[in-house]
Amino acid sequence: MTSEVAAHAVVEEPEETRAAPRQAGRVAGRIAIYALLLVWTFIALFPIYWTLSTSLKLGRDVTQGHLIPWVDFAPAWKGWQSLGLSPDTIFETSNVRDEFLKKFINSVICSVGASAFAIVIGSLAAYGLSRFDYKFGPWRNRDISFFFVSQLILPPVVLALPFLVLYKELALLDTRIGLILVYTLMVLPIVIWVMRDQFDTIPPEMEQAALVDGCSIWGAFVRIVLPMALPGMVAAFILSLVLCWNEYFFASLLTGFDAQTLPVMVASQTGSSGINWWTIAALATAAIAPLLLIGIFLERYIVMGLTVGAGK
Amino acid sequence: MARRELNRRDGHRAVSSGRIEAAHGDVLPGQVSAGNWIFRLGSAFFVAVAALQICSASGVVPIGFGNWQPTMFAFLLWGVALGVSQVLKYGDGGKQTLFVLPALLFTAAMVIFPTIFGLYIAFTDWNLNAQSGHHINGLDNLRTLWGDSYFWNALANMVFYVLTVLVQYVIAFGLALLLNADIRGRKFFRVAFLLPFMLSPVAVSWMIGKSLMENRFGPLANFARWLGWENPAFFTDPWIARTTIIAMDAWVWIPFMVILLLAGLQALPQDVKEAAKVDGASTWQTFWEITFPLMLPVSVTAIVLRTIFELKLADIVINVTAGGPGGATDTISSFVYREYRDRSNVGYATMIAEVYLVLVIIFIMLLLKVANRYMQKMT
Repeated sequence: MTSEVAAHAVVEEPEETRAAPRQAGRVAGRIAIYALLLVWTFIALFPIYWTLSTSLKLGRDVTQGHLIPWVDFAPAWKGWQSLGLSPDTIFETSNVRDEFLKKFINSVICSVGASAFAIVIGSLAAYGLSRFDYKFGPWRNRDISFFFVSQLILPPVVLALPFLVLYKELALLDTRIGLILVYTLMVLPIVIWVMRDQFDTIPPEMEQAALVDGCSIWGAFVRIVLPMALPGMVAAFILSLVLCWNEYFFASLLTGFDAQTLPVMVASQTGSSGINWWTIAALATAAIAPLLLIGIFLERYIVMGLTVGAGK
Repeated sequence: MARRELNRRDGHRAVSSGRIEAAHGDVLPGQVSAGNWIFRLGSAFFVAVAALQICSASGVVPIGFGNWQPTMFAFLLWGVALGVSQVLKYGDGGKQTLFVLPALLFTAAMVIFPTIFGLYIAFTDWNLNAQSGHHINGLDNLRTLWGDSYFWNALANMVFYVLTVLVQYVIAFGLALLLNADIRGRKFFRVAFLLPFMLSPVAVSWMIGKSLMENRFGPLANFARWLGWENPAFFTDPWIARTTIIAMDAWVWIPFMVILLLAGLQALPQDVKEAAKVDGASTWQTFWEITFPLMLPVSVTAIVLRTIFELKLADIVINVTAGGPGGATDTISSFVYREYRDRSNVGYATMIAEVYLVLVIIFIMLLLKVANRYMQKMT
């Protein structure tokens, strides 16, 4: 090996002299790559950092543009106090906190409920479309799949006002059930898309063996296919959760008071000018915190959900 | 609903399908008629309840229904009856139908019914504030729409917003290439790049639009002043306002494209690239002649999906500028939202939405067609 290298060096002397600038170029390239990565990391994280730190600032710290806690401003719990979520107020009664918790729970119920419902009916449909050949009149599998996925194109505005009027007649306005139904509709195409790809990757031999052993179609699905498709289901579930948690358009139109979700609360607070910055910052932080945690710890599943579905 | 074949879609059809079809043959004649009866009863019940409610609503029969929930539950019951009758009539074939039936009925009920109802609303002068109720007013809404400069303005803005998808794509591709390079701490950078996608547009509206860009002491305004912009105001000049809005939206959505493109890059065959390197191709050549063409399918998916989501843009506009200054940042969605919120003009607002839907469908179909043709030409 060494002799070969030496022979090389002897024969291709000019090659070696050219290698030095190339080496320098490579180092420069690597520095550029890391610099660009850091620039974008800054762009991506600074607004989040700004919101977190502002929730711990007083008015003058905000107006003077102080950025780094303990260095140029002393962190204070002012914003969290007014939400009733700071360490010293957490055990006291607080109307604002009750209000906040109510919206928070609404958000949790609506997004978890809708995601779960969409996963159940979406996985069933995706499995059917992946395994069986349907024929409803002129409709084949391709058409049914297209029908489901094409719902993705539908802009929310088209359905918003009819839903408003219909929900009023159905007494579903300002109810969590109503919101769950709309959100399910919103994420169902994505769930079906992701899950159909997921089922396509599972070889059908296992279910066939189970069917031969006398398992029913449903038994084979629940006992054999579902455990194998679980990662995909988790991914689709988390993706749905993110979309539902952040949804604002329908929530602001279809809820008034009882079923209001967090984004609507944040929007109404930021719309009024009399509210303190630190309060809004604390509210915004509390509203985005659950998703930041999901993003940090379950990033794998979000990436999987997005890429499984879009792979084809 | 017609009978369905029970063929499985894999190569082992000959072995398995025979057995499944045998099970399928076990349906007794009694079951078939029972299934038929259950379906008929369910349908009759649904029609009866709906008819009764319609009569009651129009004042023919004096039954005081508080709301239309009875009809809704009758529809649910009808769905269950349909499912049961399928299983009874077709055995295993019916069980297979049950997989897709809930999602199909749900989507149909939630989309088709409101869309038809929306078409009706669109041709009325329905205003929630009006005391006189609503009347069908023919094509009046369409005529108003034709002469409504705010609508055309919002549509022009949408064209601008959609065109910026290409810029977002270029940035996202660049970031995906960076993440795909041989780097340390890739996991950290991936999470950091993803985080904006997790945030709700409403929170982003405040975090960036109202606080970072606050023109007295927001850090971004300070930064702009430091760069030499005397009096930074991000939402007073129409073009700056539009660009700022789309920058915020791009900030949220670029991670989405990065994830798709990164997955595409990681799935590329390594040996082709290495062969090119051996042949002495420069990095630049390798990218344009190998990576980019191989990435075309993923790129098209990313661009089409992003365009679809871009066409729904509303939250950020509603919360940051409410369409201003003078409608410069309006999207169709935010325009419809204001038309309803400020004027309760349900009829006209719905007409705008329906026209927009038609335009969106045409646009997406054209986009897909162009994308297909482009890909065929390239490969």
